[in-house]
Amino acid sequence: MSQEILDGLAVIVNEVAGVPVADIQSDKSFIDDLDIDSLSMVEVVMAAEDKWGVKIPDSEVKNLRTVGDAVAYIEKSTA
Amino acid sequence: MSATIQSPAGAAFARILSIGSYRPERVVTNAEVCERIDSTDEWIRERSGIVERRYAAPDESVVDMAVSAAEKALASAGISADQVGFVLVATVTHPYPTPSASAEVAYRLGATNAGATDISSACAGFCYGLAMAQDMVRGGSAMYVVLVGVEKLTDWIDLHDRSTGFIFADGAGAVVVGPSDEAAIGPVVWGSDGSQLDAISMTQSLIDYRDNGGPRFPTLVMKGQQVFRWAVSKMAVASQEALDRAGVTADQLDAFIPHQANMRITDAMIRALHLPEHVAVARDIETTGNTSAASVPIAMDRMLSTGEAPHGGTALLIGFGAGLAYAAQVVTLP
Repeated sequence: MSQEILDGLAVIVNEVAGVPVADIQSDKSFIDDLDIDSLSMVEVVMAAEDKWGVKIPDSEVKNLRTVGDAVAYIEKSTA
Repeated sequence: MSATIQSPAGAAFARILSIGSYRPERVVTNAEVCERIDSTDEWIRERSGIVERRYAAPDESVVDMAVSAAEKALASAGISADQVGFVLVATVTHPYPTPSASAEVAYRLGATNAGATDISSACAGFCYGLAMAQDMVRGGSAMYVVLVGVEKLTDWIDLHDRSTGFIFADGAGAVVVGPSDEAAIGPVVWGSDGSQLDAISMTQSLIDYRDNGGPRFPTLVMKGQQVFRWAVSKMAVASQEALDRAGVTADQLDAFIPHQANMRITDAMIRALHLPEHVAVARDIETTGNTSAASVPIAMDRMLSTGEAPHGGTALLIGFGAGLAYAAQVVTLP
């Protein structure tokens, strides 16, 4: 798993929702652990799309349960 | 040989001369909403910023509310009803396809010399109407235009729907647009994206309901995340374009009055626009809910009456919603 993408995503989640960067680890669930609600998740996704030039459709967002799921999706899309 | 046709002559510029609004009497708290939907006060506040909203009485119509707001705007402008050249009513909740709400509003106002038509651009309707009113005044089709944004959304939503039952509400706001010696309404930036018709739509048509019945009368449904993504990504861009085309910078603004869709959308737009701290931001949704076409003028009236925004100040307006359609412009406040 790309540490670079994880670090970048942590910065985004911190900016959108104010979650401390240190708490944003790959096994954490966006909803249950980081308290990211559906609207904040949309903002995180949009920022990630801008940063890595990827497309994450709404239909895919619900499958990104953990931070690691999102990192893997971005990694696959940029490969 | 064709005859020589005289062309109408209009005013050099147009402005919003006055404003009036009507907020229904009945206050509906989140606690009352949560008797119908599986939610909590905290959840509703976090997702939408709404603390309470207003519902019209069962016997209170779209036209009743529109007339009430328009009468206030006319009185404030010092314009008599017979001077009005056009009545524009932006609404998607008038319960008759025909005749129009505007014809009845004009009649009840005593605007016997006015043309009348309705605008069906949902939450963008008021800003669409403002652009059209400005063009009428400048084009010479009408000297004074009454523009009303009005909705009775409680007739057209499923009050038990967890995604819409807490957001939408009722109310009306009206302005009088007339001639001006200087520019006071900037160029409109507008558009629509029919590929996203399904983002905010009706469960079925009235004809389908008549012919096939089914469990439910047609109601408004919304794909909240899809609308949020569109609003946050596209509406800040449209707002910036409206500023640029008006030749106004964000730090010259006194107020930002976006459609009161959701406080989270407003907050995201403020971040994207890098609005300076001194710009007053409309947050009327907190106590009024989302009143679609009525939300911009109701919020504007409140900001002016509370002193949050100055009379004669500069404001950026943007309406956006079903279509998906949007319109934005910079105005001088009445």
